[in-house]
Amino acid sequence: MESTNTPTLIERLDALYEFDREPVKEGNLYGWGTFIAMFASEHIAGTEFVLGTLLVLHGVTAFDVFVGLALGNVLAVLSWAMMCAPIAVKERLTVYWQIRKIAGPYLTVLYSGLFALILCLLAGSMVNVSTTAVALTAGIPSPNFAAGETIPSLPWIMVAVGVGTVIAVLAVLGFERLTHFAKVVAPWMPFVFLAGAIASLPSLGVTNLSQFWEVANQKIWTGVAQEGQMQYGFWSCVGLAWLCNICQHMGMGDVTIFRYAKKWQMGFCSAFGMFLGHYMAWICSGILCAAFVHSEIAAGIRAPNPTPANIAMLGAGYAGIVCVVLAGWTTANPTLYRAGLAFQVATPNWRRWIVTLIAGVVMIITACIPAVLHYLDRIVAYYGLFFMPLGAFIFIDFWLFPRLGLVRNFAEREGLLVSWPAMVGWFGSFAICFALYAKDNYESFRWINDRLPVMLAKYQADLFSQVLPAWVIAVTLYTVCSILQQRFSSTAFSTETQQ
Amino acid sequence: MTSTAKRILQLISYFGLAISFVPALLVFQGMMSKDTYFQLLLLGMLLWFSTAILWIKPDNLGG
Repeated sequence: MESTNTPTLIERLDALYEFDREPVKEGNLYGWGTFIAMFASEHIAGTEFVLGTLLVLHGVTAFDVFVGLALGNVLAVLSWAMMCAPIAVKERLTVYWQIRKIAGPYLTVLYSGLFALILCLLAGSMVNVSTTAVALTAGIPSPNFAAGETIPSLPWIMVAVGVGTVIAVLAVLGFERLTHFAKVVAPWMPFVFLAGAIASLPSLGVTNLSQFWEVANQKIWTGVAQEGQMQYGFWSCVGLAWLCNICQHMGMGDVTIFRYAKKWQMGFCSAFGMFLGHYMAWICSGILCAAFVHSEIAAGIRAPNPTPANIAMLGAGYAGIVCVVLAGWTTANPTLYRAGLAFQVATPNWRRWIVTLIAGVVMIITACIPAVLHYLDRIVAYYGLFFMPLGAFIFIDFWLFPRLGLVRNFAEREGLLVSWPAMVGWFGSFAICFALYAKDNYESFRWINDRLPVMLAKYQADLFSQVLPAWVIAVTLYTVCSILQQRFSSTAFSTETQQ
Repeated sequence: MTSTAKRILQLISYFGLAISFVPALLVFQGMMSKDTYFQLLLLGMLLWFSTAILWIKPDNLGG
């Protein structure tokens, strides 16, 4: 597909990101401290209160949590340091421009629109977390999805609308000052998580450290899933820790951040975010969840509701409540701001504030759906699997294409509106991985087993273990299709010869 | 802000962080009640936020 007249949609999209079109200059680079602070603040969010709790409810063991999460987080850090940061410091361009060069403007528009939707969903889950805290302070019970409460009460919805409106208005006004405030909040939050967990241990029967491992296996991470929850294991923990930020590392989203790094080794700063947020905080929220459930059952309550606010209140009192509000708020705000930016691509001549407000409305609606928090781990996994392939193409285009004699940034050089190899690789990898998971987990997809070869029909895919297969399938499809595309394009080889 | 003033603010901030954490160890050891621990957490929070905002610098990495 050759472009003759550039459509206005593409012009608008380019104009939106025009400011970031040039590579970052030498004088604007940042050092280690900036990246350590940034990762530590961005990865301790309100959702950590949810994901640590979900691992307890899904019946993982203490070994699964301590070793599985450690392995998954190490893989995540290595992905940032070895895959994302080296490309970022060599190209020094945002992910938008890198995708634009290899996939063409139309796929980039699609990527932006879908990404905006998922950002609204994630911002909604963060608002939901903050709302549980405000509602608890106001004496309004939060919905217990596991007990069948699929719709919140009217007072709870009103609180969610209030919290969401504040966040949306702040996002409209710009979030630079809030970014500063988030940086101030960041060092304090891990202390609250850790303090709450340590102070809750005696209520589970741990009075010295030698008892911890036994109690952890008997009362916290028992290896038995709660009723209505899927059973998770070691590889679920590895996969969740690795997958939950895959868009940022293997999906290359953080080249936008690391293009400001002086050296690629600064990719290892991600360890501060992973091991504080996705290791320590998840373990602490798991302990808080177990302590809350035990105290509720001891009090004769049959269906405990371990919301972020309930568990934080038990472990850290009103400081815990403030922590939940701030953890949700400081991360929902930039998420919503980015969603507004991405939505603006598809809304001609609309002002930024109107688009951000519309994204805010989607966020508030999402915040009022209790199922979003209940299935947050799976939403995060789908989000990772769906958006990762385009980043994988950037990696392959950068490292492998020159070695295979293929032309880099082919879509840009040829002026293509859509790169069909990128389209096949993107949707093909997700469709294959989804089908392999859905055939055993969703009733309506069981027919797939009857049509598959025996070996594939026997393959039982765990959603969280699909990272590697998805990446391999995506890059294989993209590379094979690119070879075909460039073999049949005489222009490609004439361009290459000129280099 | 002078470097001395900054140093004093930082000391108060770090003290706030300390009393956001150390009392939890005392609760674990059975040496402090949970009510006292909750109050100290609130105090630590106030000390941290009221001082850290004055010396932690903003930055902008885009994104």
